[in-house]
Amino acid sequence: MTIESVNFIRSIITPLNKSNVDTDQIIPKQFLKLISKTGFGKYLFYNWRFDSNGKKITKFVLNDQIYKNSKILVTRDNFGCGSSREHAVWALIDYGFKVIIAPSFADIFYENCFKNRLLPIITTDKVINKLITFKSKMEINLSSQTIKINSDLINFEIDAIKKQNILDGLDYIGLTFKYKSKIEDYEKNSNVPSIL
Amino acid sequence: MNITEKIISNASGKSVVCPNEVLFVRVDKVMLHDVSGPGVIKVFDRLKNQGIKVDSIYDPNSVWVAEDHFVPSPDEISATNIKKLSDFTHKYGIKKHFKYGMGQYGICHTLSHEEALVLPGEVYAGGDSHTNTTGALGAFACGFGHTDIAYILLKGKIWIKVPETIYFKLNGKLPDYVMAKDFILQIIGDRGTDFCTYKTMQFGGDGIEKMPIDERLTLTNMSTEAGAKNSIIEPDQKVVDYMQERGIRNMNLVKGDSNSTYHKILEYDSNDLQPLVAKPFSPQNIAVAHDCSGIDLDKAYIGSCTGAKLEDLAAVSKILKGHKVKIRTEILPSSLSIYKKAMDMGFIKIFLDAGATIGPPTCGACCGAHMGVLSESEVCISTTNRNFPGRMGHPKSKTYLASPFVVAASSLTGKITDPRDLN
Repeated sequence: MTIESVNFIRSIITPLNKSNVDTDQIIPKQFLKLISKTGFGKYLFYNWRFDSNGKKITKFVLNDQIYKNSKILVTRDNFGCGSSREHAVWALIDYGFKVIIAPSFADIFYENCFKNRLLPIITTDKVINKLITFKSKMEINLSSQTIKINSDLINFEIDAIKKQNILDGLDYIGLTFKYKSKIEDYEKNSNVPSIL
Repeated sequence: MNITEKIISNASGKSVVCPNEVLFVRVDKVMLHDVSGPGVIKVFDRLKNQGIKVDSIYDPNSVWVAEDHFVPSPDEISATNIKKLSDFTHKYGIKKHFKYGMGQYGICHTLSHEEALVLPGEVYAGGDSHTNTTGALGAFACGFGHTDIAYILLKGKIWIKVPETIYFKLNGKLPDYVMAKDFILQIIGDRGTDFCTYKTMQFGGDGIEKMPIDERLTLTNMSTEAGAKNSIIEPDQKVVDYMQERGIRNMNLVKGDSNSTYHKILEYDSNDLQPLVAKPFSPQNIAVAHDCSGIDLDKAYIGSCTGAKLEDLAAVSKILKGHKVKIRTEILPSSLSIYKKAMDMGFIKIFLDAGATIGPPTCGACCGAHMGVLSESEVCISTTNRNFPGRMGHPKSKTYLASPFVVAASSLTGKITDPRDLN
């Protein structure tokens, strides 16, 4: 199916200077029961954003008004480890993030990103160190695989098929249907059972 | 090819596969539970709204469903989710739905082997990160998000990048009072929680051959805490016997070729291992249990897919027999069948005589869902697999992870205790 395409993003960076941020922190367990795909944004990083009385914890970065409209989260190693809950990706998107930049991601989280129009970018610690303290707007161009801060252009790697799927706004299901007529032609001329 | 590569090669129809190759792979078994199931239903609803036909699934007989995270339903939303899951399995003709309160049920990562739902050599996709567990029986088992599971349900296949394998060789039988939990915590402590990201953790060596199946399952289960794509152990006679006890006669016992290659081989000696704990708030944060002896506890929790199998309960009963617990102690067997076996073997009476409470099989407080979650200042020692902030309750509560021996010994003293220090 088509999901909103992400190609060019211009935004300030929300710095989350932590390694091993697990999906229990991204979306705590009490919100897993809610199964709508929207509305999770208000629960994103819930225990870091709110105290036990539901009051905002002012020192947490997401509660700083400067970052209110930020679309880019920059963080450290192994982001999204732990539980496979796709709700974590849903919450980040619903909150307004389009891109997560980290030196590494946990596998299931990384895969879940591509199914939901969230662009995970892997880059070096050196680049992360630079980004995490960068206060102005930065630009991300997926077509050219570049991050631009001031006038510096930094390249990033991404699997070609995954990139194309994000550019086209497709997940695996959408990708399969993109080739619907070719698959049907093939099946007409062979004995394999239909997969469509 | 090693065992993981061979299973993927069989399932992709390609005679030779190499690490990092991306292939379209047949999936033999699929699992949903009461958290991932409703998520998958949501994806189906979205597809339907977009005009994609979701009237039937690829093979209802390859799918099974567990009710484990939020049973018994602690609130109305959970009850509604269970109802939705039942409607879903009914609609799509999924027969293997293990319902709470109707005979055998339990944690999905116990049912998978206890009910022989996944066989050696198969490709198994589960809607849960600890799906890796089932690799202990020689299957390629890994967890996926809701959209991927929806795709597998519809197509019976998935794209998989062949992982590189790191082979962990254990030399020698584990010493007394040292368990598989101590071995896997040692690895995660030494190497970190992302050491195996998108890699296979394979276990072997004579130390593994001597381990009972239940102990092997602890290793593959917690490979998830090292970031592994899957974890696997080559099936031996113990696996064959285990399957035969469950009525399975024909299996495809896939093993690696004699010239299998690995990304890395790392060796551990059993004699170097000792009872450990992982301190809050990461499984990587290990310490020797004896060195933490002064730490006061409020609660001991014995439960979950990694810490409430029959061997785990046997270890606990060995420690608790004839003694009384000093702190709140909860024991939740990982499935109804294991509960019954524990009863037949006299463990349940030992637990009750010791003053522990027995809960119904459920993920319960392991994921902080219900059944004894922690308050703000509480400190818990637990046989489970994660101790992130808030994992078992209040974000400021603390959980120490440890083996069933260490947790049971600690329940008797109220402090972290190496079982060998009990007189």
